Amino acid sequence: MTEEIRGRSLWQDALARLKRNRAAVTALVLLALIVLLVTAGPWLSPWSLDEIDWDHISTPPSLETRHWFGTDSVGRDLFVRTLHGGRMSLMVGLVATAVSLVIGIAWGATAGYLGGRVDGFMMRVVDILYAMPFMFFVILLMVFFGRDILLIFVAIGAINWLDMARIVRGQTLALKQREFVEAAVACGLTAPRIIARHIVPNLLGVVAVYVTLTIPQVILVESFLSFLGLGVQEPATSWGALVNEGAQEMESAPWSLLFPAGFLAATLFCFNFIGDGLRDALDPRDR
Amino acid sequence: MLRYSLKRLLGAIPTLLILLTLAFFMMRLAPGGPFDSEKSLPPEIQANLDRKYHLDEPLLQQYGRYLWDLLHGDFGPSFQYRDYTVNELIASGFPVSLRLGLASIAIALVVGVALGTLAALRQNRPADHGIMTLAMTGISIPNFVLAPLLILLFAVHLGWLPAGGWNGGQWRNLVLPVIALALPQVAYIARLMRGSMIEVLRGNAIRTARAKGLPERTVILRHALKPALLPVVSFLGPATAAVITGSVVIEQIFGIPGLGRHFVQGALNRDYTLVMGVVVFYGALIVLLNFVVDLLYAALDPRVRYR
Amino acid sequence: MALLEVKDLHVRFRTNDGEVRAVNGLSFSLEKGETLGLVGESGSGKSQAVLSILQLLADNGSFQGSIRFQGRELSTLDRKAMNRIRGNRIAMIFQDPMTALNGHLTVERQMTEVLEHHEGVKRREARRRAIEMLEAVQIPDAHKRIRRYPHEFSGGMRQRVMIAMALLCRPDLLIADEPTTALDVTVQAQILRLLRDLQQEFHMGILLITHDLGVVASLGDRVLVMYGGRTCEEAAVDELFRHPRHPYTRGLLGSVPRLDTPAGERLRAIPGNPPSLLALPPGCAFAPRCGERMAQCNEVQPAMREAAPGHGVACHLHGDGE
Repeated sequence: MTEEIRGRSLWQDALARLKRNRAAVTALVLLALIVLLVTAGPWLSPWSLDEIDWDHISTPPSLETRHWFGTDSVGRDLFVRTLHGGRMSLMVGLVATAVSLVIGIAWGATAGYLGGRVDGFMMRVVDILYAMPFMFFVILLMVFFGRDILLIFVAIGAINWLDMARIVRGQTLALKQREFVEAAVACGLTAPRIIARHIVPNLLGVVAVYVTLTIPQVILVESFLSFLGLGVQEPATSWGALVNEGAQEMESAPWSLLFPAGFLAATLFCFNFIGDGLRDALDPRDR
Repeated sequence: MLRYSLKRLLGAIPTLLILLTLAFFMMRLAPGGPFDSEKSLPPEIQANLDRKYHLDEPLLQQYGRYLWDLLHGDFGPSFQYRDYTVNELIASGFPVSLRLGLASIAIALVVGVALGTLAALRQNRPADHGIMTLAMTGISIPNFVLAPLLILLFAVHLGWLPAGGWNGGQWRNLVLPVIALALPQVAYIARLMRGSMIEVLRGNAIRTARAKGLPERTVILRHALKPALLPVVSFLGPATAAVITGSVVIEQIFGIPGLGRHFVQGALNRDYTLVMGVVVFYGALIVLLNFVVDLLYAALDPRVRYR
Repeated sequence: MALLEVKDLHVRFRTNDGEVRAVNGLSFSLEKGETLGLVGESGSGKSQAVLSILQLLADNGSFQGSIRFQGRELSTLDRKAMNRIRGNRIAMIFQDPMTALNGHLTVERQMTEVLEHHEGVKRREARRRAIEMLEAVQIPDAHKRIRRYPHEFSGGMRQRVMIAMALLCRPDLLIADEPTTALDVTVQAQILRLLRDLQQEFHMGILLITHDLGVVASLGDRVLVMYGGRTCEEAAVDELFRHPRHPYTRGLLGSVPRLDTPAGERLRAIPGNPPSLLALPPGCAFAPRCGERMAQCNEVQPAMREAAPGHGVACHLHGDGE
C-alpha cells in the first residue's frame, strides 16, 4: 500500500512559514523589546516626565548625569519622555485600531448579511469614502472641536475601517452561501460548527494581518497630527510631538530628534515586517 | 470608451457633493466662531460681522449660499488675511504645491517601477532582498521624520543643498522636499510592481511568448510590462492623495509657500473659509484625479473598455 | 533519422515538501508527418515531459535525458540557441487560449512579432502573411479581425488563432498540449479536423498531449499511454484500441461511457487514486490499483517489452511476444 502524505492544517502550515521568515521573527523580538522598555523603562530612571533639571539643559546623553538619552531644550530627561511618548503612541495605535476594527466589522457584516440593495448602498458609501482625503477632515476635526484624546482615538480610527469592512463583507457573503447549502443537507446542529471550523479561522487570519498593518498606519497618523501641533496636549507627549520638538533643536541637540525618531521608525518597521510576514504565511501561494 | 468615461464622471459627482457637504457642516457645527481667538468684540461690531459673513442666517440658507458661491468659483474671503480672498491665496499657493507634487509623483513612478521590476527579475536573490528592505524602510520612516534628517545631513553637515526656502522653484530647493515626499511612494510602488510583475511572469501568456522564441527583453518589455503596470496605475489615485497630504507637513518644514502651508496656518488660526476652501479644492482635485486614473486604466487594459 | 527522439527523460521539481518526480525514464520517437498521442491522467507527467523539450519548465524544475530533434541534441542548448528553435522549427500550442494569448496585445501584434523576429520580415509583409494564415485556419474576415484583441473572439476561434500563430514559420514539429480540453465537443471536432488538414499540408510531426482517448482516436497515428511519469504501453492507434494489453490501458478504455452500454449499468472507474509523485512506489506505479497485481509488481519495475510488432508494454503480465 502506498504511504499517504501527511496533510498539514492551515495553521501548522502558516506557523511553519512564519518561523522560516527570519526578518519577521527578528521584528517580533525587537517589537517585544520595545514594548517592554516602554512599559517598564520609566521606573528605571530617577527622573519623571516633566521634571526640569536646571543644571542640565540641552545636554547630550551621558551615564553620569543619569540622563541616558540626554535632555531637551527645557531640561527634561529625554529617556523618560521618549518612553512615555511611546506609551501614548502605542496606546493610540491599539485603541484607534480597535475602533477601526469595530466599525469595519460592524459595517461589513451588516452589509454582507442583509445583502441586496442595502448591501449595494453600504458598499457604495465605502467606495465614495475611499476617494476622500481623510487626513484633511481629521485635521479639521482637531482644529474645530479641540484636542480631546477621545476624539483623537475615534477620528483616527474612523480613517482606516474601509478595508476591513470590505473584507468582512466578502466573508459574510461567502458564509451565507455555505450555511444554506449545509443547512439544507444536515440538521441545525452543524451550523455553529461550520462557523467555528470554516469562517472563524479564515477571518482570524485576515483580521490578524489587518490589525498588524493598521497599527503602524494609525501611529503614523497620530504622529503626523502631533507633529503639526494638533495631537495630544501637554504634559502628555507622543513620539510625533517629540520629533516636532526635536526637529527644532536638531542642529544644537541632534539626540533630541534622533531618539524619538529612531524609536518611531523602528516600531513602524517592526509592525510592517510582522504584518508582511503574516500575510505571506497565510497566503497559500508561493512567494 | 465614451460611455465608460461618462459613467465614471457621473459617479464622481456624488463623491464631490458629499465632500462639500461634510466640510461645510463640520465647520458650521464647530463650537466657537471664527473670531473667538481675538479679544472679545463689542456686541454691535460682532453683530455687524455676523451679518457681513452671513453667519446670522439659518444653517440651510448658509449651505445654499455656500454651494451657490462655489459653483461660481468663489471660495469666499479669508477671515484671517483680511486683504485677501481665499481664491487669491489658492491661486498663489497652488502652482507651488503643484510643481512639488508633480515632481514627486513623477520620480516616485519612474524609480518605483524600475526598482520593482528589477526586484521581480532577480526574485529571492540579494538584489531583491536589498530593494525590498529599502522599500520597507521607506514605508516605515514618516516623511516628517525623514525631512529633518535630510536637512541635517545634506544642508547642515555637508552643505550641498539649501535647508529650505523656495527661490521661485529652483531645482536645488526642490531636491530635498521631493525626496522626502516621494520616498514612501517609491517604496509602495516598488513593492506593488514587484508583486505584480512576479504574478504576470508566472502566467500562461508569458509562457506562450517564450515558446515563440522571443528574446527575454522583448518578453518583459512588450508582454509583461503593460499588464504588470495596471495595479500601479490604480495606485496613482491614493498615491497623489498621499503626496497632497504629505505636502502639508513638508511645506511647513522646508518653508515652502504652497497651499499646504496655507492650510496649516489657516487651521492653527481658525481661518474657516481658508481651511474650508483648501479642503474643497484639494478634495475636488483628488476626485478629478481618480477619474483621470480610471480613464488611464481603461486605456491600458482593453478588456475594461468593452464592458 | 527520426524527427524527434527522446531517451530516458527524467523531470524533477524542487518543492517545500520534497522532490516531485514528474517524469521517470520516458522514451519515445516521432517521425516526420506522424502524429503521436501522449495519453494519461492529470499528474501522469505528459505536460512536463513536452515542456522540457522546449526548456519551458518552471524555475524549480529540471530535467535529464537526451532530446534529439532532427539529429541535434536540444537538452544542452543555451537560451539563445533555444530561442532560434522555439516558434520557428518547433512550435507549441497550449490548453487554454484565453490565458495563453496576451490579452493586452492585438492578435496582429502577437502574430507579426513572430515573423519579424525569426525571419526578419517587415511589418507590412508580416501582416499579410498573418492574415493569410488566419484564413488558412478559417477565421472569417481575417483582415478585419486581426486588429482585435483575444477576448473579442470565441473560444474556438481563439484556439484557431493560436494554431495560426504557431504555424507562421512552418515548423517541422507542432506540440499540442491539450488543445481541445477547454472547448465544446462540437468545436473540438472542428479543431481536430483542422489540425489533421494542416498537418498534411505542412507535412509536420505532431506531438499531441491529451487525457481524452477520443481525441487520440480522431487524430493520432500512434499512442503512448503514461502513468506515474512512465510509459505503460505504446502502439499504433488501431492496435491499441483493439488489443489493449496493459491493465491501466484496459481500465481507461473500459471506463469510457459508450452509447451501446445497456441502461442502468454502472460506469466502470479505475479504483484508487493516482500515485503521489513525491513518494513513488518501488515497483510498478500502477500496482496499488491493479486488479491483476502479482507479488513482483510491488517490488520490481516492469521493463518495456514488445508484445507484438510495434506494440510495447511495460507490465509483468506480458513478456516478449505476448
